[in-house]
Amino acid sequence: MSLVTPEFGLLFWMVVIFGLVFFLLAKFGFPIITDSVDKRSAKIAQSLKDADEIAARMEAWKVEQAQLLEKTRREQSAILKEATETKARIVADARTQARAEADKILAEAKLQIAAEKESALRDVRREVALLGVQVAEKVLRHELSDEGSQRAFLDQLVDEANETPIRS
Amino acid sequence: MRRWLLILLSLFLCTAVHAEEDINISEIIFEHIGDEYEWHITEWKGKPIAIPLPCIVVENGVKIFTAHHAEEHGYTFNENGKLVNANTGKRPIDLSITKNVLALIMSSLLLLIVVLITARWYKQHDSLEEAPTGLASAMEPLIAMVHEMARENIGPDYRKFSPYLCMAFLWILFNNFLGIMPFFPGGANLTGNIAITLVLALFTFFTVNLNGTKHYYKEIFAPEVPGFLKPIMPVIEVFSAFMKPVSLTIRLFANMLAGHIMILSMVCIIFIVAKYGPLLGSSMTVVSVLFGVFLDALECLVAFIQAYVFTMLSSIYIGLARAHEE
Repeated sequence: MSLVTPEFGLLFWMVVIFGLVFFLLAKFGFPIITDSVDKRSAKIAQSLKDADEIAARMEAWKVEQAQLLEKTRREQSAILKEATETKARIVADARTQARAEADKILAEAKLQIAAEKESALRDVRREVALLGVQVAEKVLRHELSDEGSQRAFLDQLVDEANETPIRS
Repeated sequence: MRRWLLILLSLFLCTAVHAEEDINISEIIFEHIGDEYEWHITEWKGKPIAIPLPCIVVENGVKIFTAHHAEEHGYTFNENGKLVNANTGKRPIDLSITKNVLALIMSSLLLLIVVLITARWYKQHDSLEEAPTGLASAMEPLIAMVHEMARENIGPDYRKFSPYLCMAFLWILFNNFLGIMPFFPGGANLTGNIAITLVLALFTFFTVNLNGTKHYYKEIFAPEVPGFLKPIMPVIEVFSAFMKPVSLTIRLFANMLAGHIMILSMVCIIFIVAKYGPLLGSSMTVVSVLFGVFLDALECLVAFIQAYVFTMLSSIYIGLARAHEE
């Protein structure tokens, strides 16, 4: 059977041609292609790993961000509370201070008013006294225009002085 | 519907024309699956159209002539259609560029060009930045598949063997598909030829055994087995090492040959039944065309599977030879 007996010629040519093509392709063909494919596979694997890492980092970052936000909020409320307290204290302080000031001013004013009143009263008194003296002078001058009445009046004064003790 | 009728009618006419000829089916089939000293393409008006090929004979020097002039150089053809010395009747060293050798040259050139063009694409482009286009996009999945297979089966030093596996896979694949093609430049039954598959298997055999590790040879010649098996095991192991290429040879050879014979037989049914009358002839024609389509589709599948299986087994054998002590 020629079907199952290998022909020498075909064996020879197959070895030569297959060998030659294999030599050429193993040198200039397949390694270039497989290297590129390998490089790309490596890059894809690396990229996937990187993406995972980034996702994990993002997750951590998110948690951190939430914590930071929470902390900030707490701080904010604390600051606000403190500010409110400070405000209340300042207002209260101001109020007491103002009251004290006002009291002081009032007291001073009262004192001054009292002093003014005193001096005014003294003036009025002095005026009244002067007026009284003047009126008395005029009355006296009118009544003591004659000798007889002058004498009568002097007598009367002496009487009176005898009756009442002398005031300081 | 009308188109189908037209096809049926034309098939019927074809069979009617050839009905007168008495045909020798086994001759036709063996001509197609065998080898020739010229490439017979078709017949036109009773004359054969063929590509004449050089016969190269080494016997007392190199002689080159075409098959038509064989007798002038003292050669004739034996019953198998092979060149023999006209005086002694012996086969000379026959290095003729036969139909199969021409097909071998053409398909190998095709493979060479296709892979070099693909490699050029990778040289000119940055494969990290852009996806392959054109031929490279078609070839990359195949090469990447074989490369991956090598990585899985061979182990850490798979890079050394990946080119051989790629070469074997693509070469078998190309030639299987060219073999299914019914017209020139395909149609040569190359991977269904035992000489070709033998050489392929021997390449694998030498790749395996020239790269065997100490551990591999220890497993063959001094395996760790119970005492009474000690004398038997090396015999079995050596036998098995030699049977591996034989099984590779015959698996590919038989599968591709059987596929070719099945398809040719389906086509030949048309011509066999033609002489039993137009009714049987045309109805069987329809049946055999349908079966022919089915078998062609099947052969496309087999063409891929056989290339894959050959490569897969080669990589496993290499992987076994590269095994190290655990």
